[in-house]
Amino acid sequence: MAGILVFGEVQYGAISAVSGELLAAAGKLADEGVDGGISIAVMGDDLSGVTAAQAPGTDHVITISHPSLKDGGTGGYDAPLLAAAALAESISPDVILFAKSDFGAVVGPGLAFKLGVPVAQDCIDVAVESGTGRVTVTRPVFGGNALAVYGFDGDNVQITTIRPGVFDPIEGEGSGLIEEFDASGVVSGARTTLVETVVQESEGVRLEDADVIISGGRGVGGPEPFELLQELADILGGAVGASRAACDAGWVDHSYQIGLTGKSVKPTVYLSIGISGASQHMAGLSGARNIVAINKDGDANIFKSARFGVIGDWAKVLPSFTATVRDLAG
Amino acid sequence: MALRIAVCVKQVPDPETPASAFKVDESVNRVVPAPGVPPVVNGFDLHAVEAALRIKDAGDAEVIVLAVGNDFVMDVMKKPLSMGADALVLAEDLVLDDLDAVSTVNVLAAMIEKSGPFDLILGGRQASDWDQAHVPLGLAEKLGLPCVTLARNIDPGDGVVRVERALTDGYQVVEAPVPVVITVSNELGEARYPTLRGIMAASRKQPERLTLDDLGLNAEALKPALTLRRLFIPESESQVELIEGEDEADAGRKLALRLRELNLI
Ligand SMILES: Cc1cc2nc3c(=O)[nH]c(=O)nc-3n(C[C@H](O)[C@H](O)[C@H](O)COP(=O)(O)OP(=O)(O)OC[C@H]3O[C@@H](n4cnc5c(N)ncnc54)[C@H](O)[C@@H]3O)c2cc1C
Ligand SMILES: Nc1ncnc2c1ncn2[C@@H]1O[C@H](COP(=O)(O)O)[C@@H](O)[C@H]1O
Repeated sequence: MAGILVFGEVQYGAISAVSGELLAAAGKLADEGVDGGISIAVMGDDLSGVTAAQAPGTDHVITISHPSLKDGGTGGYDAPLLAAAALAESISPDVILFAKSDFGAVVGPGLAFKLGVPVAQDCIDVAVESGTGRVTVTRPVFGGNALAVYGFDGDNVQITTIRPGVFDPIEGEGSGLIEEFDASGVVSGARTTLVETVVQESEGVRLEDADVIISGGRGVGGPEPFELLQELADILGGAVGASRAACDAGWVDHSYQIGLTGKSVKPTVYLSIGISGASQHMAGLSGARNIVAINKDGDANIFKSARFGVIGDWAKVLPSFTATVRDLAG
Repeated sequence: MALRIAVCVKQVPDPETPASAFKVDESVNRVVPAPGVPPVVNGFDLHAVEAALRIKDAGDAEVIVLAVGNDFVMDVMKKPLSMGADALVLAEDLVLDDLDAVSTVNVLAAMIEKSGPFDLILGGRQASDWDQAHVPLGLAEKLGLPCVTLARNIDPGDGVVRVERALTDGYQVVEAPVPVVITVSNELGEARYPTLRGIMAASRKQPERLTLDDLGLNAEALKPALTLRRLFIPESESQVELIEGEDEADAGRKLALRLRELNLI
């Protein structure tokens, strides 16, 4: 077999939104000339909720179920990697796509090294090179200060991980075949074991799904102001985010972090408060449509990407902003 | 017996270099070092050094720092030693260009074989130059070891290491047999500052330097696997609309009204 193999992910028992983004990227490559169809594989300990309808644009949905693949195989590095390698060897695709997620950022490169081929991590675009038919990828480097375009030369399988939040998920219902791939023989060789997963459930809207995000940085000065940010987010039905500096300071949990090594988000409005706009923070905002900045330093980098801004002390700007928003909300 | 810990560290351009000082030479696809801004040890690698030193603080351990690169600045590269690491091993100027991940893995693996055996091989979560986050995974594969990424706590037991691994929403506990490769993330907590005594001790230590010959490698092992076609600085198209008012409070009010006017909130 040839074609494109997408390693999707399962959330709440079904194929997740980030998988739809991968299928969009796969669709682009297929349109540009990668033949052989698109398959999607998902792993987990219980995949009974997965259906072909959840994977539009694919010919095959491949489930790999095993107790050692619990939590979608995010933790024990070994088991999902062994399963992925067994599947890749059995169907030998031309292209393999992962999300740059807890799962893909580990299993993607691990698989590449296991197969002895290069990998491009955290790509924001994929394309087919005319002439060679090989894949080229675009990835931000140096914290997002520059973009690099790489080509996969030779004829090996081309493995990339895709940054979440960049491609719009493919819409519709799938009608491919669904089949189980038996990896029990290989995963039993796993050396690492997942003892437990502790998930920090966000109380309201998930950051990745939020349409409005109110985000605080080092400039807010402490943990207490995050209560004010939460208050505003609650009025707007949004979520609270943070820069790494605010998380490292212990003001909020690291699950709030947005950026290169945090979450990628795609809200309609991203209100940043006391955040300088370092390239590594902005890396999580490629999908944000309107960045609004409150920062006391008019030269702060955030104003280069912001659509609206107020230069001033957040402690004076935010209360009247929130009060006005509350009035408007009636 | 003392645990032997290798920590892989990379010298990188200072990621806090302001965007305005960041330049690329598009004709050769290379980053032009910002004048007057010294390089640094990759931030996450200092977290990895910190993780190793915490293990050393709690018991008996020897911490050996390994680095592959070009144009090392000794004041920079000795930082892990001044934090408390025992030795520094460098493979410098093996080729003119930056090595890619596959080549870096080949060199690091040879260094580990030469200075080993190690119980733990630690690295950073990702290097802040090319942001690939995959060298340690490659290293594990090359050495035939398991790998656990994004550690925020490492608890070495008897033949088994218990790692708390940071997830985007929470964490996991993973157990791995030693030897094992582990990458460390900033959730571990701040890396310690060198003490004056540490700096003095480091200044007396000389790094061990290894050549390709010492490592039993040839140039073939260092050929890039992915081809960099283009490196450029993206244009930012955004034009900010600054909202002003009689005072900051008024500006806040007007900002809300403006966003409402455009139906954004
Ligand atoms: C490899 C790597 C990965 C990284 N990943 C991430 C990531 O995923 N996410 C991330 O966020 N960062 C990340 N960083 C860190 C990043 O480089 C910055 O250090 C960080 O984003 C800075 O956070 P900050 O903007 O809150 O703090 P600062 O840069 O300190 O900015 C604080 C801002 O607050 C403003 N301010 C201060 N007081 C007030 C006031 N009273 N009112 C209004 N404004 C005020 C200041 O003018 C300043 O602009 C990463 C770094 C590296 C090297
Ligand atoms: N040239 C190098 N020398 C030593 N360690 C390295 C080198 N390159 C990468 N590493 C290690 O691998 C980690 C991840 O790097 P990368 O895969 O390049 O993002 C770094 O944080 C280092 O611990």
